[in-house]
Amino acid sequence: MTEPVLQVSALSTHFFTKAGVVRAVEGVSFSLARGEVLGLVGESGSGKSVTGFSLLGLVDPPGRIVSGSIRLEGRELVGLPNDELRDVRGRRIAMVFQDPMMTLNPVLTIERQMRLAILAHERASPRAARARSAEALTRVGIPDAARRLDDYPHQFSGGMRQRVAIAIALLHRPAVIVADEPTTALDVSIQAQILAEMAKLVSELGTSLIWISHDLAVVSALSRRIAVMYAGRIVEEGPTAVVLDEPRHPYTRGLLDSLPSRAEPGRELAQIPGSTPSMLRLPEGCPFRPRCPRASPACTVMPEPTGDAVRRARCHHPLVLTPAEAV
Amino acid sequence: MLGFIIQRVLQAMLVMAVMSALVFIGVYAVGNPIDVLISPDATQDIRTETIARYGLDRPLYEQYFTFVGNILSGDMGRSFVFGMPVLQLIMQRLPATLELTLVAVIGATLAGVPLGIYAGYRPQSPISKTIMAVSILGFSVPTFWIGLILILFFAVHLGWLPAGSRGATRSFLGVEWSVLTLDGWKHLVLPATNLALFKLAMMIRLSRAGTREIMLTDTIKFARAAGLSEWTILRQHVLKLISIPIVTVFGLEFGSTLAFAVVTETIFSWPGVGKLIIDSIAQLDRPVMVAYLILIAFLFVTINLTVDLVYALLDPRLRRGRAA
Repeated sequence: MTEPVLQVSALSTHFFTKAGVVRAVEGVSFSLARGEVLGLVGESGSGKSVTGFSLLGLVDPPGRIVSGSIRLEGRELVGLPNDELRDVRGRRIAMVFQDPMMTLNPVLTIERQMRLAILAHERASPRAARARSAEALTRVGIPDAARRLDDYPHQFSGGMRQRVAIAIALLHRPAVIVADEPTTALDVSIQAQILAEMAKLVSELGTSLIWISHDLAVVSALSRRIAVMYAGRIVEEGPTAVVLDEPRHPYTRGLLDSLPSRAEPGRELAQIPGSTPSMLRLPEGCPFRPRCPRASPACTVMPEPTGDAVRRARCHHPLVLTPAEAV
Repeated sequence: MLGFIIQRVLQAMLVMAVMSALVFIGVYAVGNPIDVLISPDATQDIRTETIARYGLDRPLYEQYFTFVGNILSGDMGRSFVFGMPVLQLIMQRLPATLELTLVAVIGATLAGVPLGIYAGYRPQSPISKTIMAVSILGFSVPTFWIGLILILFFAVHLGWLPAGSRGATRSFLGVEWSVLTLDGWKHLVLPATNLALFKLAMMIRLSRAGTREIMLTDTIKFARAAGLSEWTILRQHVLKLISIPIVTVFGLEFGSTLAFAVVTETIFSWPGVGKLIIDSIAQLDRPVMVAYLILIAFLFVTINLTVDLVYALLDPRLRRGRAA
């Protein structure tokens, strides 16, 4: 297997609040091959967005990466000085956010915003920057791109705005794009368009994509591999089809059962009992224990990931056993 | 955009009409100028003759319409006290106040906005905390006291700067300006500093609040994710976003300082309009009071109109009538 583009090992990001230490991300490890799409799934507060921000070194105080390693194209990002990190951001790893209404600056033209993103990493004449911006907008499917460069964000529809944000993220052809719920704020029909567009772009450009979402359906449509997060840890990881068909972690099972598309019509939707624990007072051992139908006394000890590099889960009582465990 | 301007100009005219009536009636109700104008031992004939000469025997509405008609033809009346046309009297004094105010407000903005942005960008740093502490002083210490301290320290104790009055002037566009001479600046520095301190504090607070709010938004996160340097983010994104409230306050402050720089002008014996209006009120010089208030209302309306237009330039969302 070739060297992964992104290798995250034992990443922990904590927030040191007055109320106590919030372990938003704890011991997260995964790797990403060139051109691969990884879906990062979890409920709100599971640490999936903080994981995304950690990758770009954009965790706001009082949070910071306390340990672990992030290797992007062989280069360690954790502990890199700010200016070197800034140089990596946007050029080798970029990010698209949830709400395009909030991410673009309302008082600057699209051209200005794109030019700033270009000039952040290379020298370019205004004319060259404009040409490249127009090309980038055309690539993400914005019609009449050259003329629309002079428009302001409010003159675009939600879907078009998100395309602009994607175009900005793609300007320098980064190795990795972190997409933090980029379709959540959009209409369903627009969501599908953006999903298809993203899938096409990353395969064309050979960019790897981390798609963060709470929506299993969206993630499964796009990603070949999927990682499920709960309370700051990855609880299950594997090829999308396998995880969806044979989930090993009871939490993944619960998520799948609560999908409307999977339920029998007319029957009540299954729910996961209880709610996400407060990150300040996580239960001892497996954090899912209080909500888990399979919990036993053994679960008061934090389970270690079992399985192999392709398919892992963090559970004492997995629903499906790996061949090794079955023996 | 044109429709927007026309609408704003019409609004401004309406405000002026209402304002002129209010001022006229308000001032009419204050005291009787005849008592000041005519000595108490004058004969009844002289009294009647004087009252008729100034048109003070006419009904209120008639006086008002005469007054409005005169204003529209550029005649704002004669000062009872100085015996010269009011407009000329005010225009003689206005440049002094105008340059004092402009220097103070522009100086406060140029210094206050960067300081405020810094304090908002690094709220925890000791420098920021110092900036904020100084701004509290600027808000709470009375202007006249700071003025006296400035004179005591820089003029009396150190002897670096003159204690008051306006310096040498040079003529530009037919008006005498002291900002064009070195001596003029020497005289200007202390009163302008005195006048600027409160505005400086306000600009610092405003920029700081705006910056703090904006730094937490996704716009800034997205700009950082694109690899923009912090300096570029502050200069291009933050400055542009906080400029809208700053323009508003700049306009309002400019107007109110122009109208009410009285305290500073008095302390530094600055020959501006603030001093003039105080004297006119004391002497019941009605035409000066009315003309001054009308002029100030006019200035405010003009400034607000300009601010509105600048808004439209700064915030594309306000520009109407342009196809989306």
